[in-house]
Amino acid sequence: MTTTTKPPPGERRQRTHRRRISLRLGRFEVKAAPYLFISPFFILFGIFGAFPIIFTVYVSMFDWTLLAGNQGFVGLDNFSRLLGDSLFWNALRNTFAMFIIATVPQLLLALMIANLLNRTLRARTMFRMGILAPYTTSLVAVGIVFGFIFAERYGLATYLLEMIGVGQFNWRNEQLPAWAAISIMVDWRWTGYNALIYLAAMQAIPRQLYEAAAIDGARRWRQFWTITVPLIKPTILFTVILSTIGGMQLFTEPLVFNYGRIQGGIGRESQTVAMYVYERTFGGTFHVGYGAAISLVLFLIIILVALVNFTLVRRSIRTAEG
Amino acid sequence: MSTLTSDPKRTTHTPPRRPTRPRRGVGSRLWEASPLTYLALVIALVLSVFPIIWAFLMATRDNRSAYQVPPPLLPGGDFADNVSRVLDAENGIFLRGLVNSAIVAGIITISVVFFSSMAGFAFAKLHFRGRTGLMLFIIATMMVPTQLAIVPLYLIMIRLDWTDTLQAVIVPFLVNGFGVFLMRQYAVTAISDELIEAGRVDGCSTWRIYWSLVLPALRPAAAVLGLLTFMLQWNEFIWPFVVLTPNTPTVQLSIKIISAAHYTTDYAMVFASTALAMLPLLVVFVVFGKQIISGIMEGSVKE
Repeated sequence: MTTTTKPPPGERRQRTHRRRISLRLGRFEVKAAPYLFISPFFILFGIFGAFPIIFTVYVSMFDWTLLAGNQGFVGLDNFSRLLGDSLFWNALRNTFAMFIIATVPQLLLALMIANLLNRTLRARTMFRMGILAPYTTSLVAVGIVFGFIFAERYGLATYLLEMIGVGQFNWRNEQLPAWAAISIMVDWRWTGYNALIYLAAMQAIPRQLYEAAAIDGARRWRQFWTITVPLIKPTILFTVILSTIGGMQLFTEPLVFNYGRIQGGIGRESQTVAMYVYERTFGGTFHVGYGAAISLVLFLIIILVALVNFTLVRRSIRTAEG
Repeated sequence: MSTLTSDPKRTTHTPPRRPTRPRRGVGSRLWEASPLTYLALVIALVLSVFPIIWAFLMATRDNRSAYQVPPPLLPGGDFADNVSRVLDAENGIFLRGLVNSAIVAGIITISVVFFSSMAGFAFAKLHFRGRTGLMLFIIATMMVPTQLAIVPLYLIMIRLDWTDTLQAVIVPFLVNGFGVFLMRQYAVTAISDELIEAGRVDGCSTWRIYWSLVLPALRPAAAVLGLLTFMLQWNEFIWPFVVLTPNTPTVQLSIKIISAAHYTTDYAMVFASTALAMLPLLVVFVVFGKQIISGIMEGSVKE
């Protein structure tokens, strides 16, 4: 305000009044804006994320098929039918087996690779990119390529196994080979990804800890188990949870591996629960209500398994510490 | 790296060039990579890239090569031939899938980056009631298995009459919890409170502050989120498989259909379609690999 002429009193009053209004508007804007900024997420998630989940619970209690529509409330019938459905139990068994066969070696291997990547390396970026490259491929591509590697009789895997004197396997219609082949596909795609997540956590560990341990005479292997693993425990638990959620929903790899057969092998050797949901809901009887019930049970199983794994891993790492 | 292996006496004369490098003595020996380390990493590297390279090799060879023993390790001259059969297969499903996937992944990427940066900024820098609770809710949504929603989502799509349309695979994925989380983590440190205060003093609205001050500062994280989102959407399979038909294929759907139809008759073409479907992301990965790696590594370090 360097002007020499003062504005007339009336005009000044008007101006302060206007300022007060804009101030009040401003305050309202400041209060409301955050909600406007986060609303797109909550609106879209509400419609296409939260609502379908609640809707699953609803649908699961109806006799509802895609062809005949909603045939009425049946309570927990879909769930009790599930208990006696041997195809469901078979799918659950396959899912569990492949989850364990795939996840345990995958996370251990990822830990080892991360530990190696954490050293002072030449061509660091090349190694990191190389092990992450499988992550850029699609599950379908993995299924197709490994489908050829594990082709019956003439596949690359059979050739290599025969070279070391192990005989032939029926990769699709024999349970253990099917589980193993699919687990290898899963591990191929995810090990490098998990290794990088572990690497990120390992880089946050103060290096003095290792120096002190080395002065105390602890070898690298011992340092790995007594310093590295306990200190990245939160990250390990995080990957265990993520792998549980992902592994229990396995779908694309076994589907493509079995040349698109939703039953996964002639005797359903590698059909997972997610595949079974699809088979029931979008094929055969088109029973949406039953499909929703299986989905819901799978969801509960995932929570349960995640909790169990979480506790198991947390305990076992604590033992290593002490 | 030569300083690490050179004579330790020399350190007394030449100070370390980079202060960040670990000290000599116990420290440096501790982090030295032995030949065995390199050997193990090279094995991991070869196992990781071999299936990809093999797919590309097979895409350039004729039909006898897939089951040749030992496997051929040199490219052949049939690539153009195989690709032309890919383009003809199943009424040109591959090209349609490619175009559809570019549209779907492109729209979703723009939307996810935009909405996530808005919400991430609000959660990191604005004060409002329920902020912590809502953020925890968003983190929790990341843990919900996607399969749970597939059956009812399909019923919703029937009701909307969206089955076999592109919006069915676009609209449900316009936002996700991971994006909000990633942008929030970045915004907390990348944007100073002073910057926002300065904007307020200048009379900027919150939108204006976001658009002209915050968004430019969030660009690195937005780029990473965009790359990861595009990759994820390009590779998405289950939901398109459920809700779309071969009339409206995505790229993954198209290679699945081609492989199921021709895996016994035309391996070279199946490999060629798979290799072509992988190619865009591999190019993105080679160009932006460092950013993608940093995104994965930073996104994982959470409290």
